Amino acid sequence: MTADPWANLKQFTDARIGLGRSGSGMPTHEVLDFALSHAMARDAVTTPIDWTPIEKGLADLGLPTLRIGSAANDRAEYLRRPDLGRKLSDHSREALMRAAEMEDGKPDLVVLVGDGLSSMAVAANTIAYMAALLPHVVKAGWKMSPILLADDARVALGDEAGEILGGKAVLVLIGERPGLSSPDSLGVYITFSPRVGIKDADRNCISNVRQRGLSYDEGAFKTAWLLREAFRRGLTGVNLKDESQFLIEGHKGPELIG
Amino acid sequence: MYRVHAGGTTYTFSSLKELLAKATPPRSGDVLAGVAAKSAAENVAAKMALADVPLKKFLNEAVVPYEDDDVTRLIVDTHDGAAFAPVSHMTVGEFRDWLLSEKATPEKVSALAPGLTPEMVAAVSKIMRNQDLVLGAKKAHVITKFRDTIGLPGHMSVRLQPNHPTDDKKGIAASMVDGLMYGCGDAVIGINPASDNIGAITDLLVMMDDVIRRFEIPTQSCVLTHVTTTIDAIAKGAPVDLVFQSIGGTQGVNDSFGVKLSHLQEGREAALSLKRGTVGDNCMYFETGQGSALSADAHHGCDQQTLEARAYAVARQFKPLLVNTVVGFIGPEYLYNGKEIIRAGLEDHFCGKLLGLPMGCDICYTNHAEADQDDMDILLMMLGAAGVTFIMGIPGADDIMLNYQSTSFHDALYVREALGLKRAPEFDAWLTKIGVTDAKGHLAPHRPGNPLLTHAQALAA
Repeated sequence: MTADPWANLKQFTDARIGLGRSGSGMPTHEVLDFALSHAMARDAVTTPIDWTPIEKGLADLGLPTLRIGSAANDRAEYLRRPDLGRKLSDHSREALMRAAEMEDGKPDLVVLVGDGLSSMAVAANTIAYMAALLPHVVKAGWKMSPILLADDARVALGDEAGEILGGKAVLVLIGERPGLSSPDSLGVYITFSPRVGIKDADRNCISNVRQRGLSYDEGAFKTAWLLREAFRRGLTGVNLKDESQFLIEGHKGPELIG
Repeated sequence: MYRVHAGGTTYTFSSLKELLAKATPPRSGDVLAGVAAKSAAENVAAKMALADVPLKKFLNEAVVPYEDDDVTRLIVDTHDGAAFAPVSHMTVGEFRDWLLSEKATPEKVSALAPGLTPEMVAAVSKIMRNQDLVLGAKKAHVITKFRDTIGLPGHMSVRLQPNHPTDDKKGIAASMVDGLMYGCGDAVIGINPASDNIGAITDLLVMMDDVIRRFEIPTQSCVLTHVTTTIDAIAKGAPVDLVFQSIGGTQGVNDSFGVKLSHLQEGREAALSLKRGTVGDNCMYFETGQGSALSADAHHGCDQQTLEARAYAVARQFKPLLVNTVVGFIGPEYLYNGKEIIRAGLEDHFCGKLLGLPMGCDICYTNHAEADQDDMDILLMMLGAAGVTFIMGIPGADDIMLNYQSTSFHDALYVREALGLKRAPEFDAWLTKIGVTDAKGHLAPHRPGNPLLTHAQALAA
């Protein structure tokens, strides 16, 4: 094996540099390391989610849950038919309609947790993120629907669910497409006035929430900031820029009314 | 109306658009769009009917209406009847037979380009096997130049793609050193930036320009940001070599990218005005990929491969240095697995080459597609044999910014060793001069005097 004398440059990047080579090929341990990363990412996509521990963790936070599913029948169909992942199953639509009738008043916030493209991300991050978000919700006095736990979900599934429940905004936590070095990245999407057919440009997104990415506290802080601004200005999307870093870093930013 | 009798059944197809779609080898995106053949037999029947369609027919029946679409207008208005003449009497099937024959020399095939429309080459690709796509493409020679010469027969170039999730300059510089030490970067050193902020873009351009000038590297740089941002950067004095843009095969998909044909013209003129090329002035870099039109809801009921070929009509208008089909990036709802990605990569390369483009391929997949590096090895080998203009070089094949897998610096070494493919001659000479490679173009033992190694030590210090 031929080593690369610049391998100390690895300190500046997570890119796979300075690997050395075996002839024209990668060294054995690098090939196998890559294969393991890919296997974990594949497992994150294909493994069906187990909601039971998530239900329990959310119950411990005092948050009731409701299981729903998209119109996709299984993971294979989910991957081929993104349109089905954006639609509720008939059964789930009826369940949400019943839930809406039983609710006393409309919620400010509908929260939907969807498996998306990484069940690993949802399993690893949902409870910790919700625990970080909850104090902001309580402080703001936002009324929250039961947490919806959705199988085979795309982001837009929250639009239909949020519309049925009459939420002012919908918050979708969803497993992001796994990267080789980040199979467990959770995405958070905030959409004001959710309804079927809304455009992606009308959402805000906080990406890469995970233990080795954006911290739960920071993710929750940004979420609460965006929600406050969304309720104040009556919109989300490209016209609502995330300026919460001015608050976090203590810099003087544009004048914000909380 | 197109009709064929096959296997005891009569199949009819109401339009050329429907015929092309149903003749396309199976892929998930066409099923998602609802345009795919309903059965395997109908798929083959459509191929049979398509094989009998005269090439001339494609000049009279548009798949996207002329009135509605500036890409159709570009295709029709720039068609070169004289270049078309040698094959104008043929059907699609006869064109395939001719292309594969000894009569179709590289000179004759290469000269056809201005006379061929995207729909014609898409049609013939649909009735070809993978091996036909290899040998057909190999006959179309396309040579482009900026600071080095790209596309010579027997040569293959590599885009060095040193992406970093936060555009960290030291992180990017580290990946650049790694790639150059592996002999990659003769197509372009091209960064996908995390930010679209013009200040950040300019910083990256300056950083790459410094490296290229300091080490006198015969290559070019590019930051893959929106054409209008690059035009702004040029106006502010940034050192821009190549102007980048993602493009598609209908006006609607280009609208979704926020780009008009006039922007591309303006971008090209802005880059030309800088006169930064030394051996030539091909200064555009385009990226494409099957499925973009469906994704933008702008597919007009066409199949994704035909629309992809139409994107090449946009590209060729602006004399690019490089065109890259990012074949497996879009995801499994468009190309489900390794088989579909391999097929699409070979089709795109073939169609691009026949239309006269310097066609490269980002041989790649995402983690939600049914594919892995073994599939990429097959596509890499076949594209290498087909004379692909360039491939991507990414550290360890793992792009930590875009979260997908492509080809590595090692993969480039592999395909060079397996097929004897050389680097662009100017770049090759430079690598030998600084001691990265020996006289045969193989990686040389590391020498302390190598200026890149000295640079690496200074970076780390």
